[in-house]
Amino acid sequence: MNMLILTPNLPDPDGFYNELIQAHEGLTKEQSDAFNARLILTLANHIGDRTVLTTALEAAK
Amino acid sequence: MRHPVVIVGGGPIGLSLALDLGLKGTPALVLDDHDGAGLGSKAICFAKRTLDIANRLGASQAMVDKGIVWNVGKVFHDDHKIFDFNLQPEAGHRNPAFINLQQPYFEKYLVDAINTAKANGAPIEIRGRNCVTALENHGSYSTLTVETPDGPYQLEADYLIACDGARSPLRDMMGLSFDGRVFEDNFLIADVHMKADFPTERWFWFEPPFKNSGQSALLHKQPDDIWRIDFQLGWDIDREKELDPDRIRARVDAMLSSQAGHVPEYELEWTSIYTFQCRRMQKFRHGNVIFAGDSAHQVSPFGARGANSGVQDADNLAWKLDLVLKGLADDSLLDTYATEREHGADENILNSSRATDFMTPKSEVSKIFRNAVLELANKHEFARPLVNSGRLSVPCNYVGFALFGEDTVGGPETTRPGMTCPDAPLGDAFLLDQLGGGFTVLAIGTDAQDISAHGIDAKAITIAAPCHTIKVRYLGDAEQAVYLIRPDQHIVARWANFDETAVKAALGTAIGKA
Repeated sequence: MNMLILTPNLPDPDGFYNELIQAHEGLTKEQSDAFNARLILTLANHIGDRTVLTTALEAAK
Repeated sequence: MRHPVVIVGGGPIGLSLALDLGLKGTPALVLDDHDGAGLGSKAICFAKRTLDIANRLGASQAMVDKGIVWNVGKVFHDDHKIFDFNLQPEAGHRNPAFINLQQPYFEKYLVDAINTAKANGAPIEIRGRNCVTALENHGSYSTLTVETPDGPYQLEADYLIACDGARSPLRDMMGLSFDGRVFEDNFLIADVHMKADFPTERWFWFEPPFKNSGQSALLHKQPDDIWRIDFQLGWDIDREKELDPDRIRARVDAMLSSQAGHVPEYELEWTSIYTFQCRRMQKFRHGNVIFAGDSAHQVSPFGARGANSGVQDADNLAWKLDLVLKGLADDSLLDTYATEREHGADENILNSSRATDFMTPKSEVSKIFRNAVLELANKHEFARPLVNSGRLSVPCNYVGFALFGEDTVGGPETTRPGMTCPDAPLGDAFLLDQLGGGFTVLAIGTDAQDISAHGIDAKAITIAAPCHTIKVRYLGDAEQAVYLIRPDQHIVARWANFDETAVKAALGTAIGKA
C-alpha cells in the first residue's frame, strides 16, 4: 500500500512556489478559489490512490 | 597623471579589489570620499565564500577571530517555533558557513591587510576624503575631477572601477539606468547593545506575537554585545514617527521581554528605516568603466547577498584586469567579468525577490498560501523547504560558461568545471591555502608538472595520497584526477591524467584565447 509522503519530495521548492503564486496573478479572490479547486481535483486524479488521498485530507486539516 | 586602475569607493568591494590587484603587482589607486572605515550599520553577515577570498588575500583570520560564528537558525510563526536549521557545513573547511561582523570591522581588516601588503611592496594607494565630482570618458581612458579638503585636482585612469555603492554617483555621471523592482515595504533596523544570554542563533518570526512588531522580525547577534533587530513595518508608515526612540524602544521592549521574561538593560546603538529594491545595471562593463558591487546590483538584505556578491565581483575582476594590464590577455577578457557576474546578480535577485514575496505576500491568495505553508511546516517536514525567510548566499558557479573547459573525469558534481573549489583538510592546514592567487594545476592521486602557456605560469600541486575528504570532494568514484584552477579558485577543467597539451589548451580557454 502506498503511503502519503510527508517528507520533502519536491525539487526546486522555491521555483514551484513562485510558479504557483504566479498562476494566481491577476485573478480575483473568487477566481483564485475556483482555480485552487480545479488544481486539487487535477492533482487528486493524478495521485489516483484513494488511501493516499484520504490520508492527505487528514494531514491538511 | 595617468593611473592604470582607479577604484572609486573604499568599501568592502573597492578595498578587496585594490588588495587583490596590489598583491599581484598591479598598481591600484582607491579614491574614497570618507576617511577611514565608514560608520553606521550596513552589512553584517559574511559568508564562507567571502572568507575564503579574504583568506587568499591574507585578511580572513582577524575577521573570523572577531566575528560571531553561527550555524543555527530558528523560524517562528506567531508564538511557536516551526523548525530550526543548521548551516554547519560538513567538517574539513577552514572557514565557517557564516560570521556576523559589522561592516566597519570588515573594512578595517582589509585596510590592515593592505598596509601589510604595502610594507611588502604592493603598489596600493588609498586617498581618503577624495570625492569624484566629474567624469569625462574618452573611451580608452577617463578623466576624473576630484574634490579634496585641499582643493580639487584632476587625474586620468586607464580603467575606472566604480565601487561607489547603490547610489553610485559615477553611474549617474554616465547617465546609465538602474532598473528593477521596488518592494513596497519598510524595515526598521535597531542595533541594540545589551548583555543577553540568548543563544548565538538567527531567530526569525513570521507574524510575531509581540506588540506592534509588524509582519516579521529578526534577532541576530553581532560582536561587541550588539544585537541586530529588524521589524517589517509595511508600506504606509510615518517614517518620522516610527524613528522616534520611545516608539522604537516600545517595540524592542516587547520583543525582548517575550523572550527573556522581562525587559533587559539595553541601549539603542543605531536605528534606521530602509526600503529596498532588487535591480541591476543592464551591463556591468561600459568600455573602460566597470561597475562592481552595489553600484551594479542591489538586492534585499534577506540572504546576505549584497556584500558577499560584491566581494565575488572583485574576486572575478582582479585577476582578469591584472592579466589585461600586463598584456597577457586581450581586453575582451573583461567582457567575461560582466557576463559571469551579471549571471551572479540575476541569481541573487531571483532568490532575494522570492524571499521577499514570501515575507510580504502581495495578494490575499498569496497570503493564504504563505500561511498554509507556515501551518503545514509546523506539523509536516515536507513544507519546511517552502518556508523562505531568505536563502543564504552560497558560492556562485559558472557551469557552462565560455571560459571553462572539459570534464573527462565524471567526478563529483560539486567540483565540475565552473564550480568554486571546495575546501578540505591538507596535512596540518587546508587545501585552499595552497592554491594561492595564480593558476594552479592540482593533481590528486597522480602527478603533474608546472606548465607555462601564453606567458602565464601555472604551478603544480600534487597530493599523492589524498585523505578521505579530498577523495569525496574531488574524486568521487575516480581513482585520480588533474584539475586546472583559476586565480579566483573556480575550476576550469578536469582530466583523469596529466596531459600537458590539454592543460595548456584549457589555460588558453580560461583567458579567452581558445
